[in-house]
Amino acid sequence: MFRRLDDARAEITFFFEDRPVTAREGESVAAALLAAGLRGFRATAVSGAVRAPWCMMGVCFDCLMEIDGLASRQACMVVVQPGMSVRRQPGAKSLTRTVDSLDDEDLA
Amino acid sequence: MVAGRFDPARGRVRGCVKLTQFGTRMKAYDLIVIGGGLVGGAIAWGAARGGASVALIDEGDVAFRAARGNFGLVWVQSKGAGFPPYAHWTRRSAELWPGLASALVESTGVDVALRQTGGLAFCLSDAEMEAAADRIQRMHNESGGIGTRLLDRDEVRAMVPEIGDAVRGAAFCPVDGHVNPLKLLRALHDALPRTGGDYLPGRTVDAIDYVPGSFTLHAGAERFACRKLVISAGLGSARLAPMVGLEMPVTPLRGQIVVTERVRPFIDYATIHVRQTEEGGVMMGTSQEAVGFDNATSLPVMRDIAASNIATFPLLRDANVVRVWGALRVMTPDGFPIYDASVTHPGAYAATCHSGVTLAGAHALALAPAIMGNELPAFLNAFSAGRFHVPPA
Repeated sequence: MFRRLDDARAEITFFFEDRPVTAREGESVAAALLAAGLRGFRATAVSGAVRAPWCMMGVCFDCLMEIDGLASRQACMVVVQPGMSVRRQPGAKSLTRTVDSLDDEDLA
Repeated sequence: MVAGRFDPARGRVRGCVKLTQFGTRMKAYDLIVIGGGLVGGAIAWGAARGGASVALIDEGDVAFRAARGNFGLVWVQSKGAGFPPYAHWTRRSAELWPGLASALVESTGVDVALRQTGGLAFCLSDAEMEAAADRIQRMHNESGGIGTRLLDRDEVRAMVPEIGDAVRGAAFCPVDGHVNPLKLLRALHDALPRTGGDYLPGRTVDAIDYVPGSFTLHAGAERFACRKLVISAGLGSARLAPMVGLEMPVTPLRGQIVVTERVRPFIDYATIHVRQTEEGGVMMGTSQEAVGFDNATSLPVMRDIAASNIATFPLLRDANVVRVWGALRVMTPDGFPIYDASVTHPGAYAATCHSGVTLAGAHALALAPAIMGNELPAFLNAFSAGRFHVPPA
């Protein structure tokens, strides 16, 4: 669905739910994961509806993910780094413990 | 009876129409309530539910509307220390609340998310523990027991594992609770027309004429008539009350509230400074600033609110703040409500308090029927504004 306009930048590797993903230096986490084919980034806090990045500029808060252990980060506003660990956010974030990730089919 | 005019921008008008002395047509009601916040909304709906023809005149969200900034507690344990009538009135309201919530959901489909699971007032020092113990004993002696008890840290932690070590203990009262105050306001506004009343927003009452048995309200070019009148206009009451021989010397006291993103449930109890809403957001207070008619927010106060609540619940450190606001409490000189019946203008009543959520049950289901009866019950005499003129002993 998404194709990069500029492939000249250096490749880096980060981890999406423990699986290595290749990105381009300087991309946002959201752009890198959209390019990798991810569609469901999170489930909403109340109804559990699956959401994906929409505005890509820090306004809509629909790209919230857990990045390097910190939940509710805006994936469109975080530049991807080598070795970074990114997870989908299944519903409201927990302040008390790590929440198990949803099954793949829940967020596919 | 002539059908009221329908203006889609201002809602349906259902009172009967009568001719004024000048021959113009005017809507007439059994009761008009001035002020469409939680106090006025509850009284108007309660009266309409009893069969009265009622209009609720509401300036709207342009007003300093405490109902839009409310924290949402149905709070009993500390209300009325030194003033047992207020303690008893508050307890009665808490008892009436389940009936109010179920009647509103039945009428409107709006679930106001009432949860009366008990309330905790945290103590962060030995001095606060002693003050809480004294208050519990005093209120027990003055007003009777309602199960409020002092818990030490371990007992609190058994109920709420997430408290920080700064918490020395807490006063726990099993009848405290909380509710979604915005849904309550919405439900009251929605329920009134469904119960046969008129909700009339966007109107400011400029003047009130009186002849025995009838009030005429001037709101811009419009006129409304009624047999009985309630002034419950929050901070606007100070201006309106003298028009009908009442006194409501209310002043603003600002509170700021900080709200976090929705997070997984971690506390099921109401507390005096923090509560988690039914959808997961965490509301934090509490500040008190006498700054006049200024409902702005300020960074130092929000920082204090965050710091004190993080001391109570260290896990809040990781919650993102998504919303803040300031709102003006409606305060009487002694902080207790005013309920009054006008001597010079029989049929006019005053109703104001800073606990519009807690007292909504009593306002809708006890005060409104009393007003539509012949007189206020004797136990409400203690709330007359006349108390402000008694010389100290």
